[in-house]
Amino acid sequence: MAAASVSGAAAVLEVAGLTKRFGHVRALRGVDFALGLGESLAVFGPNGAGKTTLLRILAGLLKPDGGAVRFGGELLVRGNAAHRRRVGLISHHSLLYDGLTAAENLVFYGRLYSVAEPRAAAERALAGVGLAARASDLVGTFSRGMVQRLAIARALLHDPDVMLLDEPFSGLDQGAAATLRELLGRLRAERRTMVLVTHNIDEGLELATHVAIQVAGRFVSLGSRDGDLAAYRARYAEATARDV
Amino acid sequence: MSSLLAQAWAIAAKDLLLEFRSRTAFLSALVFTALVLAIFNFARDPTAVSAVDLAPGILWITFTFAGMLGLNRAFGLERENHAMDGLLLSPASRTALYVGKTIANLAFVGAVEAIALPLFALFFDVPLWPVLGPLVLVIALATLGFVAVGTLMSSMAVNTRFAELMLPVLLLPFLVTPIIGAVQTTARILTHRPFVELVPWLKLLTAYDITFVVLCTLIFEFTLEE
Repeated sequence: MAAASVSGAAAVLEVAGLTKRFGHVRALRGVDFALGLGESLAVFGPNGAGKTTLLRILAGLLKPDGGAVRFGGELLVRGNAAHRRRVGLISHHSLLYDGLTAAENLVFYGRLYSVAEPRAAAERALAGVGLAARASDLVGTFSRGMVQRLAIARALLHDPDVMLLDEPFSGLDQGAAATLRELLGRLRAERRTMVLVTHNIDEGLELATHVAIQVAGRFVSLGSRDGDLAAYRARYAEATARDV
Repeated sequence: MSSLLAQAWAIAAKDLLLEFRSRTAFLSALVFTALVLAIFNFARDPTAVSAVDLAPGILWITFTFAGMLGLNRAFGLERENHAMDGLLLSPASRTALYVGKTIANLAFVGAVEAIALPLFALFFDVPLWPVLGPLVLVIALATLGFVAVGTLMSSMAVNTRFAELMLPVLLLPFLVTPIIGAVQTTARILTHRPFVELVPWLKLLTAYDITFVVLCTLIFEFTLEE
């Protein structure tokens, strides 16, 4: 039975009591939240708050020490192929091969995800991010913004219902960031459930339906974006100042 | 099973395509091979040790170290843009990843060996044609075990600070058995000894292959734990 999300809708993604330790460092100290269909959570926090650790656990790349992650009520089991098919990850690393063309990268990932007709799927995905004309070009020749668009195409190739975004705007110029915002807005309109981790509070607030502030491995604040934005900004500024 | 093989093949094809485009490791391995064979050829005193006595050891030392250049690259190329995360995020099983990497490494080492063997015949004046069949069998058996263990060790070494140095340190102790087996068998083949003398060494190589291919496939996923 799926729990209710922050807004009360049935949870697509549910996180309960998540803990993770790296040696003496407690990266996560009991993180709880739930998101329903089409809801998106922006997690803000200073460096070392454990945001990326949280995202890597949700993606199944890290094993938590305690707590549970559920997709649609099903417990996340590391190595479970069905769970991995439900998740798409966009990070500041593209996870792409510079020595392959844009199309070859997507076809390769399409084969790993057993996507039907990977070549056709790759063409559609490239068209979706405006890179159809560069399909045969090596990724190593792409600008940072183009690489990030291709990374989005890679993450969406298998049509995941949960999107995880780790600092997706990192290193992008204004034009590329605007294009990326537009693409992420499209994902939100498609009612995908998203968790976005970022330092940039304005970009996060623009994309999220819910907002959390994470400090020292725990959420010090979690609520709907409709709440008092000034209070979020103040709390985030306070958390960042403490970090400095 | 078909999904596993399809995913393994996708990984192998990707690795081979990347190597074909850059040729970095392949050209390095070939240059290394030619240099080693040339140095040993001109450094030895032909009146003291005959070529056929020296040749098997040199051949396998050359194969081993040239092959390591490819093994180092196998997981090294996944460090670019954190591509390893992309593989681990995907539903492809760890076994598919291991099998795919092993296939690509076998193709790489096999290609280096295919070019090194005529060079070896040229430098050491060894007539290969009459013994080519048994020699290819021995090379195939020894290479399978070498690559199976090498692929596993490469996945372990890649996350260490000095991956290129760590791989030989981790791998060479495991290669003592197949290299001794391969050198002994090659020596007997080149001196036209009866087949019955090869049998114990061929059994050793086969047992090594079966043991380590199974073992490495089973424990590979644990090398990817954070």
